[in-house]
Amino acid sequence: MGYVFDYSWIGEYSGVLLKGLWLTVWLILVGATFGVALGIFCAWVRALGPKWARPIVGAYVELIRNTPFLIQLFFIFFGLPSLGVQMGETQAALLAMIINLGAYGCEIVRAGIQATTKGQFEAGWSLGLSRIETFRHVVLIPALQRIWPALSSQIVIVMLGSAVVSQIAAEDISYAADFIQSRTFRAFETYIVATLIYLALAILLRQLLKGVGWVLFPKRSAAR
Amino acid sequence: MMEFSTWDIVRNLLLAARWTIVLSLVAFAGGATVGLVILFLRISKQKAARVFAGGYIELFQGTPLLMQLFLSFFGLSLLGVEVPAWLAASVALILWTASFLAEIWRGCVESIPKGQWEASASLGMGRFEQMRHVILPQALTIAIPPTVGFSVQVVKGTSLTSIIGFTELAKAGQVLTNATFMPFTVYGFVALIYFALCFPLSKSSQFLERKLNVAHRDH
Repeated sequence: MGYVFDYSWIGEYSGVLLKGLWLTVWLILVGATFGVALGIFCAWVRALGPKWARPIVGAYVELIRNTPFLIQLFFIFFGLPSLGVQMGETQAALLAMIINLGAYGCEIVRAGIQATTKGQFEAGWSLGLSRIETFRHVVLIPALQRIWPALSSQIVIVMLGSAVVSQIAAEDISYAADFIQSRTFRAFETYIVATLIYLALAILLRQLLKGVGWVLFPKRSAAR
Repeated sequence: MMEFSTWDIVRNLLLAARWTIVLSLVAFAGGATVGLVILFLRISKQKAARVFAGGYIELFQGTPLLMQLFLSFFGLSLLGVEVPAWLAASVALILWTASFLAEIWRGCVESIPKGQWEASASLGMGRFEQMRHVILPQALTIAIPPTVGFSVQVVKGTSLTSIIGFTELAKAGQVLTNATFMPFTVYGFVALIYFALCFPLSKSSQFLERKLNVAHRDH
């Protein structure tokens, strides 16, 4: 005996795969944008924000970082409706990704902020910059530049983790694969193709983020 | 119909959490063993071995764990044997864990100054002896905090095995939700149990890191 691999279904189902690919791409682009923004905000609160808010953000970060993404997703999609917060599967998936990346992003950005010495703050103020201006130009941008590689890999990890949103029936790549293999009974081949799509996406996303880093942080030798 | 008290929910979840712990230990022990092999290949003098290990790491870190679980589940059954979910789950988690541990440890080994390699080579040690007596003992101290930190990812990773039908904490949560119609309570407790497992690991990783950093500053 011997198993004969059969990839003849690809043509027929390429539309389904493309649709799934589109949702995964959309989720990570939107999710990463808002997730990084949330991470920066939380890092600001933890490092320089009002004292009362710091432990709240700290608890959020620890809670998210020490529970599985799948459970966060289920809690948002199945648990929150009993509090009257109802949402579709795509919104729930997006929200879970933003909340998840926000917590990791917070820790990463905070590490970058903490590397800023006190003297740099004082130098900023002595130049007549306001607190916010100092934060933006003296603290945040150099910090982001320092931690951009770490943040990029976290974004890729969140993209790969997003494969589980198919479990709440959000129609991403893995959902497309589940659908196709239930029709063709070619489970192994289907998941091979889906896995290769994810691999290509991860490699492309890494390159894209490198490019974004180039655009956001053109040579700033003064940054360090 | 059976009524579930809060205690019934928690008790059943805690019973299921045993399997999360067992699977985590299996994945970690197996992943460390395979990871050590990949590490040796990754820093080998043979180019082919380095390329293979690099490709292995890229493949397992560049694809979703969920897909790896599915491929393990359906791939193993292509061999013509009935594959139980725990076996497919263990295989996938071990290979996945190995790819991360190998890369973490490579960083630690490479942080050992080159002079240590040269000194041990000048004593006539072979490559394996160098690793065994000189490099690994030093790299081990550096490797402990990130390794403990990664164990959190392993515990969280086991939750995905519920999707291929292994009954652990996440799966028990789904079953209990279907039985009680109380997703908020059930998933809340599931999250708390995961937190209770992971938080001490995260904290001890941070603690060890700080402790080791202090040791470094003293030198």
